[in-house]
Amino acid sequence: MSTEHHVTPLRVYFTVFALLLGLTFLTWWVATIDLGAWNTTIAISVAMTKVMLVVLWFMHVKYSNKLIWFFAAAGVYWLVLLFGFVMTDYLTRLPVTGWGG
Amino acid sequence: MTAASKQHASTKESNYLTAGYGVRSWLLTVDHKRIALLYLISLTTFFSVGGLFAVLIRLELLTPQGDLFQSETYNKLFTMHGIFMVFFFLVPSIPAVLGNFFLPLMIGARDVAFPKLNLLSWYVYAAGGLVTLFAMFAGGVDTGWTFYAPYSSTYANSHVILAALGIFITGFSSILTGVNFIATTHRMRAPGLTWMRLPLFVWANYATSLIMVLGTPVIAVTILLVAIERLLHVGIFDPALGGDPILFQHLFWFYSHPAVYIMILPGMGVMSEIVACFTRKRIFGYKIVAMSSLAIAILGFLVWGHHMFVSGQSMYAGFVFSLLSMLVAVPSAIKVFNWTATMYRGSITFATPMLYALGFIGLFTIGGLTGIFLAAMALDIHVHDTYFVVAHFHYVMVGGMVMAYLGGLHFYWPKMFGRMYHEGLAKVAAVMIFIGFNLTFFPQFLLGYLGMPRRYHVYDEDFQVLNVLSTAGASVLGLGFALPICYLIFSLKFGKKVGDNPWDAAGLEWTISSPPYEHNFHEIPEVTEEAYDYGKREAARV
Ligand SMILES: [Cu+2]
Repeated sequence: MSTEHHVTPLRVYFTVFALLLGLTFLTWWVATIDLGAWNTTIAISVAMTKVMLVVLWFMHVKYSNKLIWFFAAAGVYWLVLLFGFVMTDYLTRLPVTGWGG
Repeated sequence: MTAASKQHASTKESNYLTAGYGVRSWLLTVDHKRIALLYLISLTTFFSVGGLFAVLIRLELLTPQGDLFQSETYNKLFTMHGIFMVFFFLVPSIPAVLGNFFLPLMIGARDVAFPKLNLLSWYVYAAGGLVTLFAMFAGGVDTGWTFYAPYSSTYANSHVILAALGIFITGFSSILTGVNFIATTHRMRAPGLTWMRLPLFVWANYATSLIMVLGTPVIAVTILLVAIERLLHVGIFDPALGGDPILFQHLFWFYSHPAVYIMILPGMGVMSEIVACFTRKRIFGYKIVAMSSLAIAILGFLVWGHHMFVSGQSMYAGFVFSLLSMLVAVPSAIKVFNWTATMYRGSITFATPMLYALGFIGLFTIGGLTGIFLAAMALDIHVHDTYFVVAHFHYVMVGGMVMAYLGGLHFYWPKMFGRMYHEGLAKVAAVMIFIGFNLTFFPQFLLGYLGMPRRYHVYDEDFQVLNVLSTAGASVLGLGFALPICYLIFSLKFGKKVGDNPWDAAGLEWTISSPPYEHNFHEIPEVTEEAYDYGKREAARV
């Protein structure tokens, strides 16, 4: 527990904040160009990057002990469970062939 | 002189009830015991509101015609009944009242890890409750407690957003309580109190807290998405806008199936405490009972698709969810078998809490087994959305959870207030509740199997006899619930004063005064033995 009283310099917070603003701008800018399926992929990747920034620096997980890392990882894992099991439905639906078809 | 008897010496000292007077001392308290009482009062209020709706529903169903209410009103009645009972009573009940009061006492702590957060969670809960009450007075909701799209999105014509907002707010109270309990269990245990020495009630609340923290955000997001679709017309659940209504069901049940375990797991924790005490034995297979709580918390997240067998989910997904639903029955069954094994050759006394515990074992078993019927896809297609489902979840929620809550309340009442209720009346109430409950809900299994759909107020005349039986049972059940409210309140002033450990129970909570001092322990105790050491107690008696 030696890292419990870690103090992050303000400079780090402002850098992360600037990065978040930049990424928000990136999301908006990408949405204005038509990239087909890549639009969604990029939007989600950018969002994930922002999540990591917030979790690691703003929420201090970077400087926390293993138990905190374990709980943070559990949160991510649960999200994977949600998406994964929803996909067992969406990826295996039979195409609709019309009433009585 | 042991720590326990030293604490005996100064019973004149003020306890948590007399430590401060006036409204301010209650509304601004950070004492976990007072917060538990704030919850007890508000939960009882919401339980009564939910119960009132149940009375109206059962009255309407006395006759096959729709003579008391119009169908729209009836839709609102069962919706409001479900919303108040699930979100404002069952989900918080045991963790917020008994958990708040006893979790710190059981682990030898002076309070929870974040006392102010604890008070905040009550305010958040109360605010959410008031918003939903306001939605009720403004005209109510008619979507069913599940808020299924498109009832709640495209076709809603009642106060969906307002009621959902109340649930959204209350969700944060769950999350705060969950975070608090997890941190408390990790960081505040008394020296010597290892994980494998924890009372099973603590294990159960710990597992419940994990579900609260991991699941509740998803329902919050789901509610937010409904609001976004309704207010901003972004296509999420509406096919005309490119959405998918079944996505709502996936998101909703990702929280709401595990929420069933939020409701039942703490009840199972109470069960372990009661069964151990009134059989004078250590819980059979302590470790596996503790681990089965965690297994339920994790496996419970992987079964939600069993609510969607007939709503358009793919066959493959149905198969996966059916299999996993059967699996989650295993850890629940382990608990039931272990309580039964604990009772084997125990010296059982039939005090009121034990009556509720015995009721729990029988009713929860029926509720659990009929859950396996419903997890079997082929049978579910026949009984889906019939009274069979209604009977099933009432056997789990009322037969299981409410029984455990009442059992726990009777078990811990003398510790909380230092006075005993009228044992004879309490036994009468327990028996009335058991009989009334079965008379209300067993006929509903038959009705469902015969094909009576849920959520209709007009039904075929052939179903009337069973419905009349059910309503008759409900009135016995209602009286049974009213009785404890009366004699428990009466006991606060006129009940017989009791000592610190009226049941001669094991556990740190019984070593301190009744009612407990403001800061629980004068000295933080040191734990040297495992939980439920009744063997040693009984040996010392002889
Ligand atoms: Cu379920």
